Amino acid sequence: MKLEYTAEEKAFRMEVRAWMEANVPKHKLPSFDLTREGFEAHREWERTLHKGRWGMVTWPEELGGRGLDLIRWLIFEEEYYRANAPVRVNQNGIFLLGPTMMEYGTEEQKARFLPSMAAGDDVWAQAWSEPGAGSDLAGVRATARREGDHYILNGHKIWSTRAVFADWAFGLFREPGSERHKGMSLILFKLDTPGVDRRPIARLDGELVFAEIFLDDVKVPVANRLGAEGEGWKVCMSTAGFERGLMLRSPARYQVAAQRLVALYRKHQDELEPTVRANVAKAYMDAEAYALNIYASASRLMAGGKIGPESSTNKIFWSEMDIQLHRTALEILGERAELLPSSPDAGDVGDWLGDYIFSLAGPIYAGSNEIQRNIIAERMLNLPR
Amino acid sequence: MFVLTEDQQLIHEAARTLLVENCSTEQLRKMLADGQVQDEARWAQILEMGLPSILVSEERGGLGLSAVDFVGVAEAAGYVALPEPLVEQGGVVLPLLAGLSDSKGWLDRALAGAKIAIDHPAQRFVADANQAEAVIFFVDGAIHIVERDQLELIKQESIDPFRELSRVVYSFSAETQLAKGDEAQKLIAEAFERGALFCAAQALGLAQRCVDMAVSYTQERTQFGKPIGSYQAVKHMLANVQVQIEFARPVIYAAAVELPLGGPIAAARVSHAKLAATEAADFAARTALQAHGAMGFTWEVDLHFFMKRALALLAAWGKPALHRNRVVERMLEQPIGPDSLFASEIEAIA
Repeated sequence: MKLEYTAEEKAFRMEVRAWMEANVPKHKLPSFDLTREGFEAHREWERTLHKGRWGMVTWPEELGGRGLDLIRWLIFEEEYYRANAPVRVNQNGIFLLGPTMMEYGTEEQKARFLPSMAAGDDVWAQAWSEPGAGSDLAGVRATARREGDHYILNGHKIWSTRAVFADWAFGLFREPGSERHKGMSLILFKLDTPGVDRRPIARLDGELVFAEIFLDDVKVPVANRLGAEGEGWKVCMSTAGFERGLMLRSPARYQVAAQRLVALYRKHQDELEPTVRANVAKAYMDAEAYALNIYASASRLMAGGKIGPESSTNKIFWSEMDIQLHRTALEILGERAELLPSSPDAGDVGDWLGDYIFSLAGPIYAGSNEIQRNIIAERMLNLPR
Repeated sequence: MFVLTEDQQLIHEAARTLLVENCSTEQLRKMLADGQVQDEARWAQILEMGLPSILVSEERGGLGLSAVDFVGVAEAAGYVALPEPLVEQGGVVLPLLAGLSDSKGWLDRALAGAKIAIDHPAQRFVADANQAEAVIFFVDGAIHIVERDQLELIKQESIDPFRELSRVVYSFSAETQLAKGDEAQKLIAEAFERGALFCAAQALGLAQRCVDMAVSYTQERTQFGKPIGSYQAVKHMLANVQVQIEFARPVIYAAAVELPLGGPIAAARVSHAKLAATEAADFAARTALQAHGAMGFTWEVDLHFFMKRALALLAAWGKPALHRNRVVERMLEQPIGPDSLFASEIEAIA
């Protein structure tokens, strides 16, 4: 057991750092969830990353990656967050669909979808949830009717993150008449296909973070199905494992947030009551514990292990840590915590409030924390269903 | 790679098997009935496997293994609430004696199985002194060792029946001195780091034992026609404990890996491990008690053995405030952030 980087890993870090310093936009890009311009500015950044071959470093070279291992992926992420680089507009694609496609996709599908994903040419949204199927995802009603070489999709999807401006979506559909976990397939469809109608849903701060998707006799080729017909549940659970376990929330995100929190605390230390100090220390420790846990998971995967139900403990941990960290920042800001950054007396409020609001969604998305607790209890602890 | 080697896994499994087979709660209850606090037959088996000598180098007569190896042993000791002083003997006393330029024969005596208690300034009371042949203590920056019958012990009553505490009234002389000056300072400081780290490992084992007991109980106990473990209220309670355990474990192992580096970064990681693990154990014990309902509050159900040990470890080897202060100091005065996770990467600011 070792906790040190090799000389090659250190050199790799320096290479990423130099590239980020030269290429990360100096000004914050406009939100990708408010306007087409903001979205396209982020797509441009994805293209810049791709030109530097940084789109998805773990993927094989022929698919637009560098064929690197998970430790190097973590180092890349550390430098990415350290450089304060833009949020990845294509995270549903590169972090969720991508790894799933590596596992279940045919060679032809990988060649068709992954390079354009790595390049930012195709930005992806997830189309799983429905008004009647949230936590109970097996209750999906949207259908895929087979007609020769095509599927005809019908149904109503909701809470599709990034779907307002994205190009493609990966959705869960069932064979008409099938029930529960059987008969489902994971199908990829372009969001501008005739019969697809998108309706944005405004988040509580007004950003158009997600959309409803209405599908009315949408025709897609059978070649767009990922995994075997009727095996969609299994494929989805694999995606969910990546989502909860490793890729969606890389530790560097919280380590950088904790670093900012410590800087904020240092600045206001003298005005604060002593309990704040323990809260700051907790956020700092949790961010390190999360990072160490992910290094352990990455090492285990590299040694041939698989992601299991313990990924649900990760999801609970990061989502609760994120809230605690941001609440502590608001506690430090005191009566300025409620001010929007545009207020004349906002001072150093920065993005703390907005990020806090976003953190509140953490225990809900990617499978609510209540569902995660069921998974931990039933699959890790073997409690009865 | 942040994973155990195959050898490390084997050592951990062997220790776990030995202790689980030889330290059941039935055996603990029999010891209580017989008025026995430690079991010499079990101690002999522990010695035979060489567990207390893991951290002593081979040329000094030990197994020459690392703190990572001993973490799994301490975890197993916590899992069974072991009454014998394996964790302090193997984790703190033997490495201290092995670190002396001259142990005056005490290292060999300890390797042969003599129990030696340690009175560290970080702790007010000494555990298991009256079961020991001698006590190590620190006076004016020097390390002394004195045979137990030469010392006055003021016995305290711990709620944990297998943890005998005493306050030691020192008597010492030039003959009892083992080290002084810089040599002593270094050994005293190292003893504290090891004590806190292996206390954390022990707490992790305790935490998992409490969860495992609550799981077995709630799988069996039925109410409203179903096992109570099938209700979400119970499931979620226990899942929350498991989350804390999963995020204490890698911190403990990181602290063990980084222990030899010394300095403020490694020290803060030990403190983080101690805080996370003892909080997890305490939370696990309280939650398991709730999951057992009224039974958890009885003498009859075994949970209390583990709950009492978890309570004891909260303030052992440094109170939470001391450890939190060390973390805060590191957080405010040393580099932090995504490129400063491993102690090996950080040039500590003096």
